[in-house]
Amino acid sequence: MSARAICSGWVRPSVMPGFGMTLGFTLAYLGLVVLIPLSAVMFRAAGLGWQDFLALATDSRTLAAVRLSFSTALLAAALNAVFGLLVAWVLVRYSFPGKRVLDAMVDLPFALPTAVAGIALTSLYAGNGWIGQFLEPLGIKVAYAPLGIMVALTFIGLPFVVRTIQPVLHDLDAEIEEAAATLGAGRARTFRKVILPVLSPSLLTGFALACARGVGEYGSVIFIAGNIPHVSEIAPLLIVIRLEEFNYAGATAVAAIMLAISFILLLLINLIQAWSSQRMGRA
Amino acid sequence: MRLSAPPHPTTPGLRRVSPVTERPATRWLLVVTALVFLLFFLLMPLAAVFVEALRMGIGPYFAALVDPDAIAAIKLTLLVAAISVPLNLIFGLCAAWSIAKFQFKGKSLLVTLIDLPFSVSPVIAGLIYVLLFGSSGWFGPWLAGHDIQIVFAVPGIVLATIFVTLPFVARELIPVMQQSGTDDEEAALSLGASGWRTFLKVTLPNIKWGLLYGVLLCNARAMGEFGAVSVVSGHIRSFTNTMPLHVEILYNEYNFAAAFAVASLLAVLALVTLVLKTCLEARGGPGVSSSGRP
Repeated sequence: MSARAICSGWVRPSVMPGFGMTLGFTLAYLGLVVLIPLSAVMFRAAGLGWQDFLALATDSRTLAAVRLSFSTALLAAALNAVFGLLVAWVLVRYSFPGKRVLDAMVDLPFALPTAVAGIALTSLYAGNGWIGQFLEPLGIKVAYAPLGIMVALTFIGLPFVVRTIQPVLHDLDAEIEEAAATLGAGRARTFRKVILPVLSPSLLTGFALACARGVGEYGSVIFIAGNIPHVSEIAPLLIVIRLEEFNYAGATAVAAIMLAISFILLLLINLIQAWSSQRMGRA
Repeated sequence: MRLSAPPHPTTPGLRRVSPVTERPATRWLLVVTALVFLLFFLLMPLAAVFVEALRMGIGPYFAALVDPDAIAAIKLTLLVAAISVPLNLIFGLCAAWSIAKFQFKGKSLLVTLIDLPFSVSPVIAGLIYVLLFGSSGWFGPWLAGHDIQIVFAVPGIVLATIFVTLPFVARELIPVMQQSGTDDEEAALSLGASGWRTFLKVTLPNIKWGLLYGVLLCNARAMGEFGAVSVVSGHIRSFTNTMPLHVEILYNEYNFAAAFAVASLLAVLALVTLVLKTCLEARGGPGVSSSGRP
């Protein structure tokens, strides 16, 4: 394979061995596990026919679920953009007791199984929970309501924002801040005009990553959401419900919409990264 | 609380009015706000798992863990991880070798495709296998005719787990292998070492920390995956229940103490993962995971 590949010119000749074997295995594995099964959803959706697909996709319960998943993911990602920036800033710039432990703990949402996070957050925010008991008298219902979905997605998305901003903030040259200060800018103005523009590509990337993860999140949300159709039923749950009804067409339609959203977000993330590396290259 | 200025070069006498940091009061306020946020969103959920697990006392806690269904769930979780992690390890090594050591067209597309499972909802990861191998799926009739069960059985759980954990090892290894270049390997090859020997003696020592790091994250996700596994498992107790699914069943039966007891095992796994990860980062230096994604 590699000999032919080299002749056709799409791979640069190299003395390193094993190109044909490793690339062949990579493509076969990726194709069998990811690409062919994923295309099955698209073929199924296409097989429904345009009219049927449109009817299933614009079903009011489907629309409500997709809208809920998308809006809660956006809001949670926005919340994470603010607090994730703050956490990254504090972890990089200041030193305080317990900083190293907290820094490691930021990855907890990656490491903690989502079902565990889901039941833990539900027990905290339920009417008799540690936090819920103080919010309930104020008329704020978190668990078993859309607000709970936001709490769960904020938990899930936090490391995406912190871990994308942290290295950029760490490598930020102190000289540009000194220059701003020399030219008479106050700290707030320096942050707004000098630091934030440098951070904005990574902040946007982190926001988009958190959002992409939030749209598809299932495990941590279903326990806290209450799962009332039209009110607190997320799109991934609707897929599961349709599957349990053996309504494969319905499940496929919701999945196709969600895959489309995921691809758009993925494209957006790649564009942001291309834009930022181009900007950094020029600077 | 002691808050020191950042390590910027400042004249000692001027430290308090340094132009490149905030006033102490502002600093204090920012740190406290961040700590309160982390307390509510990270530390309290973690603490809640252990408090709820031990609410009924130590006896019921252990009783929940040695329950036959719980033991079966633990065994299945270990089995699934023992199959899916090594497979993704081999995939990660092959993908990283071909991507990092060679120049070819379509490479960036391949990297994007490897990352694809991270952008797909875990529920969809389960759904695709039901659509392929379920009773009304593409291969459903054929599988039924040959009496092979994939969906609602262990093979389906393994497949779904492989799907969601596929990128972990590859995306850790690609940057590490790219960084080490091909000079060392080319030297070994020119001295007459075989391809395998070069890989084992030259490449592997260079990438071992990155490899361990990827395996660690892959394993944590493989043992904790819920959404994808939930769709393909069919929730058959003692047969197709992994630990996270067992937690869900117990929780939905209002058996909260037992649910949190099993959940606490998974939380311990998460904490061990975090500790090992921090150790590896200290060892591997900046080469290990500079990526922001899991």
